[in-house]
Order: sequence, then C-alpha cells, then structure tokens
Amino acid sequence: MSIKYILTGIVIMAITTYLIRMLPIVIFRKRISNKWIQSFLFYVPYTVLSAMTFPAIFYSTGSMPSAVFGCIIAIILAYFKRSLLTVALCASLGVFIIQIIGY
Amino acid sequence: MKKQEFIQGIKDGIPICLGYFSVSLAFGLTAVLSGLPIWSAIIMSLSNITSAGQFAGTKILVENGTFIELIITTLIINIRYFLMSLSVSQKIDPRIKLKERFLIAFGITDEIFAVSMQRNKLLSTAYMAGLIITPVIGWTAGTTVGAIASQFMPVILTNAMGIALYGMFIAIIVTPARTNKNIFFVILLSITASLVFNYLPLLSNISEGWAIIIITVFISAVAATIFPVNNVKEENI
Repeated sequence: MSIKYILTGIVIMAITTYLIRMLPIVIFRKRISNKWIQSFLFYVPYTVLSAMTFPAIFYSTGSMPSAVFGCIIAIILAYFKRSLLTVALCASLGVFIIQIIGY
Repeated sequence: MKKQEFIQGIKDGIPICLGYFSVSLAFGLTAVLSGLPIWSAIIMSLSNITSAGQFAGTKILVENGTFIELIITTLIINIRYFLMSLSVSQKIDPRIKLKERFLIAFGITDEIFAVSMQRNKLLSTAYMAGLIITPVIGWTAGTTVGAIASQFMPVILTNAMGIALYGMFIAIIVTPARTNKNIFFVILLSITASLVFNYLPLLSNISEGWAIIIITVFISAVAATIFPVNNVKEENI
C-alpha cells in the first residue's frame, strides 16, 4: 500500500462521490412543475431513510438485543416529537445500558 | 438576514455534527485498525463525507483492490445522493449563483439532505453553509480522534454510538408519519422491501447500494402515482 496508491484511491472516491452529488444540483436550475415528479421527490426522503435504517440498525451496535432496545427507544421518543439529538443520544444510552448489563 | 440563516443552519447542523462525530470516530478507529495510515483516514473523511462509501472504500484499499472496483463500488453505494441532490435542487432558492451550487453540492449527505428537506422555506446559501460546515467539522474531527484513539477506546462506547445516526433517521421519518398516513404507508412499504432485499436468497445477492436505489425509485414512483401530493408546501414562504 504505497502513499501514491492510497492518495489516488481517496481522490477517486472523492471525485466519484462529488460528481454524483453535483450534477443534479448544477443542472436542474429551474423549478420542476410536473406534479408527478414533485410527488416523487416528496416521497424520496422517506423511502431512502427507511430502507437504509432497516434492517441495518439491528446490526449497528455489535449485539442485536441492545440494538433492538435502542431502536425501540428511538421510535418511542420520535413519536413523542423529541429533537433529533435527544433521540440519537437516548438511543445510544439505551444501547450502552443493555450492553453494560451483559447483552 | 444572511447571518440569521447561517446561524440557523449551524443550529440545525449540530445534531448531525454530534452524530457524525460518533460514527466517524468508529470509522477512524476501524480504518486505522485495518491498516490505513492515520493521515489517510482523515483526508478521506474530509473529502468524502460519506460513511457507507468510506467503509467500503477502505476495505478495497486495504486489500489492494483495483481502481475500477473502487469507482464502481463508490458509485453504487453513493448513487442515492443523485436522488437526494435532485430533491434538494428543487428546494434551493432559484436565485442563488451557479458557483454556490457547486459548493452546496459538496455537502449532500444523508443527514444534511434529511434536515434540509425539513426546512420550512427555500434553502439559502447562508443556511446551507451553516448546515454543511458544522457536520463536516464533526465528521473530520471524529475521524481524527478515532484514528488516533484506535488503541484506547473501549468497545462498549463505540458500540453504543453505532446507533446514533440511525436514531436520527428514525426521528426524521417517524415525526411526519404520525399525521400523514401516506408517509406512514410508504415507510412501512420501504422497510418491508428492504427486509426482503436483505433476507430473500436471490435478492440478497444484490448489493446494498443497488437495493436502496431500486427500492427508493420504485416505491417513490408508486407513491407518487397512488398518493399524489397536492400542495408541496415548502415551495413558497
């Protein structure tokens, strides 16, 4: 693993990722008025985030019981409209507690 | 006005920043433990700001993979940003300058996208600047700490922090699902589809990146057809 190889790899990753992000924002400058496309874009965040969170969340802490517990805490707090930070921190705390007691 | 927008952006960016600090700490830790030099993990984080893509990229580099493999994997895992950027492009104040668009593009991450879609007005450059800078600092700082602390951090702490970002995602999707039945339904459908892609023997061979894009495009399209949105209210304030 030479320095040149690593650096080149990093640059490649960065450029690829940036192009993916940049093209839509730079090309689409006007409002899209088509209602179907507007609706489509409206639903994108919810589909993407849902698909990315489940089932990955259950494998995110090294132990399924703690992950399930943390997940439940997150859902409950989110349902009661707590802030993003509160939900994230409390979920982490929940995981910590379950792991401390041995699961 | 600009300053207020910038400050609000920073405020909205702080939860992301904290979440990023934990996840990037895990990244920095794992990356260095698997063989990447400390400096490279830090530069990778600063220039990419993507957890999934960086984890995958690191694995390839450490195993001396080819650059073609790197490009394709990065493309597939991160291609969802294309859809997110498309959504964001609709919410940006149409008056902002072209060069500002190039700058904003750098910050389209899952969480920054999610938070900016929640904004109740058009996105200004000042707001996006604050929203992007804070998490970028968190992401890079966390990577740095994780990379350096790779010898000392107790596993139980990194485990607990592993759920932080998912906690954020849950907060973002659950809140509107309370009142909007269509969103609730779409979420259930997406979760089901995701489980199917993960566990069904044939479909589980499809990489995660492609699975996410297939699910997103298909379900969003179905939802747009069956449950069209009549007043996309973040348009004009």
